[in-house]
Amino acid sequence: MALQTAGNSEQMSEWQGSLDELKGLVSERAITGETMLLNMGPHHPSTHGVLRLLLELDGEEVVSCLPDVGYLHTGIEKTIESKSYEKGVTLTDRIDYLSPMSNNMAYCMAVEKLVGLEVPKRAQIMRVICMELTRINSHLVWLGTHAIDMGAMSVLLYAFRERERVLQMFEMLSGQRLMGSYIRPGGVWRDFPEAFLPALESFLEYFPPRIDEYERLLTNNPLWIDRTQGVGVIEPEKALAWGMTGPSLRGSGVAWDLRKSMPYSSYDEFDFNVPVGEHGDVYDRFYIRILELRESVKILKQAIQKLPAKGPFRSEDRKFVPPPRSELGQSMEAVIHHFKLWTEGFSAPDQEVYSAIESPRGEVGVYIHGTGGNKPRRVHFKTPSFMHISAMPLMSQGHLIADLVAIIGSVDIVLGDCDR
Amino acid sequence: MGISSKLGNLGVVTTTLDQAINWGRTGAMWPLLFGLACCAIEYMATQASSYDLSRFGMELNRATPRQSDLLIVSGRLTRKMAPVVRQLYDQMADPKWVIAMGDCASCGGVYNNYAVVQGCDEIIPVDVYVAGCPPRPEQLLHGIMTLHEKIKGESIRDWAVRETLKI
Repeated sequence: MALQTAGNSEQMSEWQGSLDELKGLVSERAITGETMLLNMGPHHPSTHGVLRLLLELDGEEVVSCLPDVGYLHTGIEKTIESKSYEKGVTLTDRIDYLSPMSNNMAYCMAVEKLVGLEVPKRAQIMRVICMELTRINSHLVWLGTHAIDMGAMSVLLYAFRERERVLQMFEMLSGQRLMGSYIRPGGVWRDFPEAFLPALESFLEYFPPRIDEYERLLTNNPLWIDRTQGVGVIEPEKALAWGMTGPSLRGSGVAWDLRKSMPYSSYDEFDFNVPVGEHGDVYDRFYIRILELRESVKILKQAIQKLPAKGPFRSEDRKFVPPPRSELGQSMEAVIHHFKLWTEGFSAPDQEVYSAIESPRGEVGVYIHGTGGNKPRRVHFKTPSFMHISAMPLMSQGHLIADLVAIIGSVDIVLGDCDR
Repeated sequence: MGISSKLGNLGVVTTTLDQAINWGRTGAMWPLLFGLACCAIEYMATQASSYDLSRFGMELNRATPRQSDLLIVSGRLTRKMAPVVRQLYDQMADPKWVIAMGDCASCGGVYNNYAVVQGCDEIIPVDVYVAGCPPRPEQLLHGIMTLHEKIKGESIRDWAVRETLKI
């Protein structure tokens, strides 16, 4: 019966608009019919989700490209307004589903800034470990899908083999493979389980040779070089003007990494390089992410050394962080705090804060406006994918459709991140 | 004579037409290459090395709905995306099945708001619901095996009736 009520699909698929709506967005030649208008997406195997592009084509050459976003708009920002500050963390996981821990971190940092909550040293290093593992995790998905878009089918299988080990570690931490919500305001949810650090150490032994393996498959592969070098070039000034961040910006030669330029969570104590590209093309953006995988391994090794053996994994300010279970049977005060925090949550002042971190994709910023009560008035996420999609028409002008697929892959967009 | 003298007495296998067809349908089901959100990443993991969906004859994802048998709605279905998914479903040739993967596709999940369709069964008929946010690859595999069980109980007559009555 559901089939009948949904209406005739033939009618639904017919375009009701007129070409005049496109005036000013596409060239005059498209209106006269000299160039072709082609709809790419939202269901397209290589758009990394539900991106829709309206392409104006002269033969196979892209004259203009109009991105249409919003197919994954889930109203997360509005939903967070009806949640207490701690409950909001679960929704941030689902914004950029390839790097959930980075989103947790950006949100928690903003909340901590709003209420003035200190994070213990050990928790900061634990957060660094989580974020760098997330970076590896996200870059591996990007590597596999980017290569598969360009016809290198096998890389995905290699990348997901390693990714599976990272996910197993996330599962140890939080009980969930992807959406752990492990980072919470004031620290992290619980201490590392015993098996975690040995698993991490063995992964760090195992992983660098695997990066060599990816490089053997792609870096010097003549087909790969032909498809990527000189494609989708964006100059540093333009990249900055369009608000690009992360590896996509560094590919153009701008050494801007928030971990270095505005350190947070003890990143200033780590010794690592920020790989910078030269040409701003697809190949440079690819190679920078490969180098970042190596840098992440470096940071993780240092983090294991730096991790204090003892110390709290979460702030002990009981006005913001619930007491551990063991205290509940002994202290009436702990019971009250527990009850207050899990029913009402904590209150934050009527102020605005903005804080940003370097996610695998670029700068993720969170703006929170408190109300004085237990729920925020407004939460806004500044997400890198949106900027990168905006800059894509610029990068794709004059290229072939096949190159456009390479460009989409190289800026590493996640539509959940863009549309929220 | 001929092949039977070489192979010996193999006997005869008898089966019903339904069983033979359903065996074929479950053994090589081609899913549509289609992903919406987070669950699509777990779906990719199911396809990739560790979980290896090709054990079920499903390694071949078709990018066009015309050649697919199975639509896995993997992720949150928004109001803007709903007509597109409906069109994809309509373009698939019979027989076709749908798995709602994850909480969002099954019932809206954590998003009870203006933007998200509260379960993809509001626009298309669903055969199997897989719970989880996102479900583990094992859970998806279980969902696929549950669908296989369902198909084994189907008769080609059902599809013919459905076609005649246009339901």
